[in-house]
Amino acid sequence: MNLRRDIFQAIADPTRRAILLLVASQSMTAGGIAANFDTARPTVSKHLRILTECELLEQKKNGREIYYHLNPKKMKEIADFIEPFRKMWDERFNKLEAIMKKYKKK
Amino acid sequence: MERKTKIHAEEGKQELMITREFDLPLELLFRAYAEPEIVEQWMESKVLKLENKKHGSYQFEKTDAEGNVVFRANGVIHEFIPNRKITRTFEMENAPFEVQLEFLEFEKLTDDTSKLSIHTIFRTAELRDQLLKLPFAYGINMAHNKLQEIVSKLK
Repeated sequence: MNLRRDIFQAIADPTRRAILLLVASQSMTAGGIAANFDTARPTVSKHLRILTECELLEQKKNGREIYYHLNPKKMKEIADFIEPFRKMWDERFNKLEAIMKKYKKK
Repeated sequence: MERKTKIHAEEGKQELMITREFDLPLELLFRAYAEPEIVEQWMESKVLKLENKKHGSYQFEKTDAEGNVVFRANGVIHEFIPNRKITRTFEMENAPFEVQLEFLEFEKLTDDTSKLSIHTIFRTAELRDQLLKLPFAYGINMAHNKLQEIVSKLK
């Protein structure tokens, strides 16, 4: 499992939750978001990349600037508490399937 | 990836149904549950004991890199019918969950596909919900109340 793309791993970090809160009200550029934090700009960029990779944030180009905005569909996934349980089993069963396919060839 | 695993959990009920269709012949699917060395691979746990017979028992264990036990579970097998059915209990050790009763049914769909249905019964509906929330709680344990507010607004 790629933890970077795991939605729950993404929101476990306080800075990333703060970023989501900021962007919830309006789309913002990376610079605009970074201005709200004391942390270094590359650190904020890293958080933005993780949030984008797990699709909690979406990028939109406006001229030369890239704006970040919230992906409501993905945010809803967090509200569904059974989904992580289902995912856990789905990953486990995917593994079972992959392992048994090797036995099939033998 | 296609969503093949389905969870059915009716509100207020003390049971849970997990179903999954596999691109595997029935015999191979069943082997994944019957052979300890295969169970170890996909469960990522050590199989301490697995007696596949009526009145048999089993015990699984998961350790971290330092060798500390992070998870241990055991149960008793009530029914073991090859390529058809396993009825067993399941209990996590040193965890606040009580023992569960599991009915695992294996079905042939075509020569190359099969289906597994796991019907789990808990003592109470609350215990079931606690277990369902476990992976969720793990991810969100630190989540801010404000974030919850945003999510509820999006509903």
